[in-house]
Amino acid sequence: MMRASHKQPGFAAALLHRLSGLALAIFLPLHFLALATALNGAAALDTFLAATSNPAVKLTECALVAALAMHMTLGLRVLAIEFLDIRERTLVVLSGCAAATLAVGLVFLLNAG
Amino acid sequence: MPASKNESMLSVEVWRGTDTGRFQTYGVPRRVNQTILDVVSEIQREQDPTLSYRFACRVGMCGSCAMVVNGRPRWTCRTRVSQVVTAAGGLRLEPLRNLTVVKDLAVEMTQFFDKWRDARGAFEPGSAPARDFAVVPPSTPQRQAADAGIECIGCGICYSACDVVAWDRDYLGPAALNRAWTLVNDVRDAGREARLAAVSGDAGCQACHTHMSCTSFCPKGIAPTYSIAGLKRALLWRALGSDR
Amino acid sequence: MSAGLFIAQRLSAAVLAFAVAVHLATIVYAVRDGLTAGEILARTHGNAAFFAFYALFVAAVAVHAPIGLRNIIREWTPWRSPSLDLALAVFAALLLVLGLRAVFAVYVA
Repeated sequence: MMRASHKQPGFAAALLHRLSGLALAIFLPLHFLALATALNGAAALDTFLAATSNPAVKLTECALVAALAMHMTLGLRVLAIEFLDIRERTLVVLSGCAAATLAVGLVFLLNAG
Repeated sequence: MPASKNESMLSVEVWRGTDTGRFQTYGVPRRVNQTILDVVSEIQREQDPTLSYRFACRVGMCGSCAMVVNGRPRWTCRTRVSQVVTAAGGLRLEPLRNLTVVKDLAVEMTQFFDKWRDARGAFEPGSAPARDFAVVPPSTPQRQAADAGIECIGCGICYSACDVVAWDRDYLGPAALNRAWTLVNDVRDAGREARLAAVSGDAGCQACHTHMSCTSFCPKGIAPTYSIAGLKRALLWRALGSDR
Repeated sequence: MSAGLFIAQRLSAAVLAFAVAVHLATIVYAVRDGLTAGEILARTHGNAAFFAFYALFVAAVAVHAPIGLRNIIREWTPWRSPSLDLALAVFAALLLVLGLRAVFAVYVA
């Protein structure tokens, strides 16, 4: 029986916020290393971009872009509760954040695919 | 009246033991307007006198009867069976979480109140107490903020529900922090500085991640999440050198 | 976390709210019809405004990410000693160095 606190929308919000942040924190050093290949010239960066242009990587990139949008929107929720004293209906806000995340991910996928 | 033989019995799993133990199942006849307190009392009085549980007022004033019912912390005296029973007629009763189990459904509340003390959740008159009644208009923002949290009776439901307490047993928890917030807003209180210091840090208000189970489950309608947010803001201004 | 870490976390979050919005818009716009190094570098090469923006972005991330990780590790693992803070300070330095290196790389390339 799942405890009731884990069924709360605020818990889902915090968990998604945390997991997306974790994914981004792991991804970031790799992102920086990839971009820094440009130190060896534009061709080096191009080689890297070409090597990572397969569908699996594109999907991962899409997920990371969505994770970024998710982390930002859920982070704005936290800032609003803490500093603007906004008494929000969490489920509504959560749905809004999910919608924004999906929208961003979808736009990326459509543009990059 | 029970509709059929099958629907007339509740299957009640009850935690027996201490922090280690097992669930024991009892059959209890289902009755009209039955509360969870009625159920557990019937088990203890009619079937198993070795079962330990707490209650006092029976009418939703004292908070003694708080326990976890089907995964959610509730007051058993104010929870109707019909509200929470599963479709199969099942109930599961467990002691409050995040507190040491004394026996069966009774937990050790000392840590809960120790954190109340550690958060400086007590009024401090200061070295020169006032000689006359303070005039505090109820409509002032500070008094409204205090009033929003002042009805806490220390039942422990929010503490049981809090995931951060489960993850970090040092965390002061929603009730202690909510009480500290009411006192931060009490214009008569002289202990603001020390209290703000007490609620800051790894075990303090900054550890709250706005899961909001405390606010969802509080039977008094108190919102510890927003009290804790107030403390976060107060500490921010304090760090920036302001008195707000 | 302490009051100081909390403030740093929330302040960097406010900076990042703006920076990430810009970055997401840029990403979505830039990946249309594929992405090449030439396209990226044409925008970033010698662009001082770009450099300043992304340097600030990197600095905010180097503050924000390790503090977030600290919460996760302290709450979900047994590691709580001061050695955790040291390890995360190292991670912060790593993010800062690698990040500024990347920003510099696309600025001069």
